[in-house]
Amino acid sequence: MSTTTLSPRPFWALAVVHAKFQFLETVRIPIAVIGNLLFPSLALLFFVIPQRAVADDPLIATAAVAQLGVFAVMSTCLFSFGVGVSEDRAMPFDPFLRTLPAGAGPRLMGRVLNGVLWSYLALVPLVLLGALLTAATVTPTQALAAIVMVPAVAVPFLLLGLAIGYRLSSKAAIAVVQATLFPLAFAGGLFMPPEAFPAWLDAISKVLPSRAARDLAVQAVTGYPAYSYALLVLLTWTAVFAAMAVTAYRRDEGRRFH
Amino acid sequence: MNAVVELTGVTRTFGAVTALDDVSLSVGEGQLVGLLGPNGAGKTTLLSLVSGLRRADSGTVRLFGGDPRDASSRIALGTTPQETGLPPTLTVGEVVDLVAKHYPAPMTRGEALARFGLEDLVARQTGGLSGGQKRRLAVALALVGRPRLVLLDEPTTGLDVEARHILWQALRDYHDDGATVLLTSHYLEEIEALAERVVVIGGGRVLADDTLASVLGLVALRRVVLSLPPGRTVDLARLPGATSAQQAPDGRWTVLANDADRLVRALVAQDVPFHDLELRGASLEEAFLTLTQNEEAVR
Repeated sequence: MSTTTLSPRPFWALAVVHAKFQFLETVRIPIAVIGNLLFPSLALLFFVIPQRAVADDPLIATAAVAQLGVFAVMSTCLFSFGVGVSEDRAMPFDPFLRTLPAGAGPRLMGRVLNGVLWSYLALVPLVLLGALLTAATVTPTQALAAIVMVPAVAVPFLLLGLAIGYRLSSKAAIAVVQATLFPLAFAGGLFMPPEAFPAWLDAISKVLPSRAARDLAVQAVTGYPAYSYALLVLLTWTAVFAAMAVTAYRRDEGRRFH
Repeated sequence: MNAVVELTGVTRTFGAVTALDDVSLSVGEGQLVGLLGPNGAGKTTLLSLVSGLRRADSGTVRLFGGDPRDASSRIALGTTPQETGLPPTLTVGEVVDLVAKHYPAPMTRGEALARFGLEDLVARQTGGLSGGQKRRLAVALALVGRPRLVLLDEPTTGLDVEARHILWQALRDYHDDGATVLLTSHYLEEIEALAERVVVIGGGRVLADDTLASVLGLVALRRVVLSLPPGRTVDLARLPGATSAQQAPDGRWTVLANDADRLVRALVAQDVPFHDLELRGASLEEAFLTLTQNEEAVR
């Protein structure tokens, strides 16, 4: 028998295949992502740009763009890829894909690659508005640091989204994502700078992944240092969400019963 | 032992429903096996265990000797999506590529499509295909990786006669190339057209597992229904041509006959005082029921 000579395709080749086709599917129904592209830019336009005290101060304006950028990445990852997964699971094509010779890894990695790519796209309008209409500015080194930061921020929320998407039906997933996204964003200082928080909220905020991501992003683009254990908090949550996502994928047998 | 599929004592329940009840089944290299049974018999559950979609509650499932839940065990497995489940925004060519890229030595896009007469539709989004075209594409997706085992769940349900024959021919051709095929159907005609070995499943159990000819013999029974005057007892089951007899609560007798002509001649020749005689072919469902009842009787 020739079975022994057959081995599965390499992990990365399969991850790229899944990323490519997931991208094609998303881009052909662009309305799904346009909302994510628009909301942070509108927030900047309505809440930051009219306040000239904020918009005309290079440091504060840059930090404001950075924290809305974190929100853009977070909502892209949680909505498109958390809720998206649960919607896909309800489609009969999903169980078919699970019978192909690829494990959970390449498909999840395809989602991660896609999430990071869409996160970059979600930042484009925000960064353009920030550059043109506020005093926000970055050095080339800071710009590079911001580019590196995006996946570090995207990945934990993507994994959280996947864990939700593989565990819940799409209706429940939408509700849970909303109930997760906005409190996390608010308590993480993405809408209101944490300097304005009372001490108790600041203490809670510092162990949240959104706050850690926000402070690291602000540090990357302004040089204003994040609190000492921000990176540890972000990495810990990434590990926790990764374990949750893999467990949820493994337990999933599809939503349909025969 | 080079069984392609090996189930040993497999049980799977969904809540209170037992979909499979202590099923053992072995499919060897190169066989073309039909799983026949009414809806809800457990056929699809069986396929979902073999393809690694679901886990057995107890018992073991082996695919090419490995656990089907490991991706590497599925390297030579081909399955079909349900026809309604193709991603509507992807084109025919893209879906074929997506699947082909999972296999070490797949067919080219052109070859896979040509086997099913889909070449002209390569740039069409799958959402714009007709039902028959989707069904053909679904089966093409099962074959594009040149799998050595193909699982097909009701491959031609809802197709017109011509499309069904095209698909059957494509499957026979692929089986002739040496592949093992396991398909489910609740159409006897489909099983007759394709399978060499037939496994009849009902109520989550294997009711019969034999060559096509033997199973056809089993399900080609006739039902002879008649009434006898009260007080008259005749051992109907022992009459020539009869295989079994049962009295319904309303007093009517149902005799299952493998040779109804002989049975009726015997009834007349022996002067059995029957009345209200009815004669009809046992439907597939009835044949399954008979098999089920025989099973119960044996237990």
